[in-house]
Amino acid sequence: MSSTFTLGLIGGLFTLGVIFEMLRRQRLREKYAVIWVVVVLATVLLALFPQLLTRSANVLGVEVPANLLFFGAIMLLLFISIQLSYEIGRLEERTRTLAEEVALLRLQHEQAHGPSAPEPTDVVEPDDRGVDDEAKEDDRW
Amino acid sequence: MPLRPDERVLVVIPAWNEAGIIATTIAEIRASRPGLDLLVVDDGSGDDTADIAEAAGALVARLPFNLGVGGAMRAGYRYALREGYDVVVQIDADGQHDPTYLDTLIEGLGEADVVIGARFAGEGSYRATGPRRWAMWLLAGVLSRLARTRLTDVTSGFRAANRRAVAVFADHYPAEYLGDTVESLVIAIRVGCTVRQVPVEMRPRTVGQASQSPLRATVYLARAVVALGLALVRRWPAATETLGQEKG
Repeated sequence: MSSTFTLGLIGGLFTLGVIFEMLRRQRLREKYAVIWVVVVLATVLLALFPQLLTRSANVLGVEVPANLLFFGAIMLLLFISIQLSYEIGRLEERTRTLAEEVALLRLQHEQAHGPSAPEPTDVVEPDDRGVDDEAKEDDRW
Repeated sequence: MPLRPDERVLVVIPAWNEAGIIATTIAEIRASRPGLDLLVVDDGSGDDTADIAEAAGALVARLPFNLGVGGAMRAGYRYALREGYDVVVQIDADGQHDPTYLDTLIEGLGEADVVIGARFAGEGSYRATGPRRWAMWLLAGVLSRLARTRLTDVTSGFRAANRRAVAVFADHYPAEYLGDTVESLVIAIRVGCTVRQVPVEMRPRTVGQASQSPLRATVYLARAVVALGLALVRRWPAATETLGQEKG
């Protein structure tokens, strides 16, 4: 019992720390953090009071309490994956619309002002900012 | 119904890495019917497709990355809607669509909102076998029933649309594979557009060949079933945040 207690507690607190740090550095948005914080709190709760799990297993007629835990965890992860797939689909639709819009705006611009500068991929700007941007990202950490 | 002299026609050519053939295609279209506007939608090509098309005198919209035919075409329909074109004709860049049929397609708009240039409809000698054939049979059967007319080649990318259909496609043109051809027709029919087909002869592709391996054909069949099934059960009107922006 004490090993599940320690493991659950350590795992929960570690995850909580990571989530908090990511939130602080603005690497994670609140709306995605909420579900994980709830998961962590549930884990810690179960680690502190394992009888919660055994009792609910009894009530539901699950012989091995761990199986109930696995079932719950798998369903939760499945649900979150589906939710993320949905978010990706939404983002793809948005980028598609933006890409189409960019192409049309560029065409409009060229029609109004003559051909614009060559493809960005053809030219590497001397003061390419790629590296600087990386450095800035690191500063924020 | 012949085209009114003041009707403006835009030919949209979705093109992805077609540098070898695009100039010929453009020249052929120009020769077959003068006075057309040509828009090549470069679908994130890695080669010189866009530059060559521009040099050949077409308007070129360059998508920053590859979206597939559906994305390229929706951009084309949006352009047509904003610029006030009366007719949009879609032609593949690879030269398999014979532009001499352009007039036939456009004249077909006299009695329909969408006209498909169809193989198997009397002209030409294209034959498919096995699962690919079943897929085409299934798609053609279901869509014929929906459209209340005989359609034999619903995956054809050779089609003409009038203002009414252009306004619909500018908003709703699926990017999914097979969605661009099949689902777009279902959408058109659902909003009350009439769909007809005219027989055309397709030429063998000059560059590249459609895969005919049994496995690929089977995958194609499965995708066709999924695309068609989804198109039929989807809620309408579609409520996506990026839709509904084009008011015409």
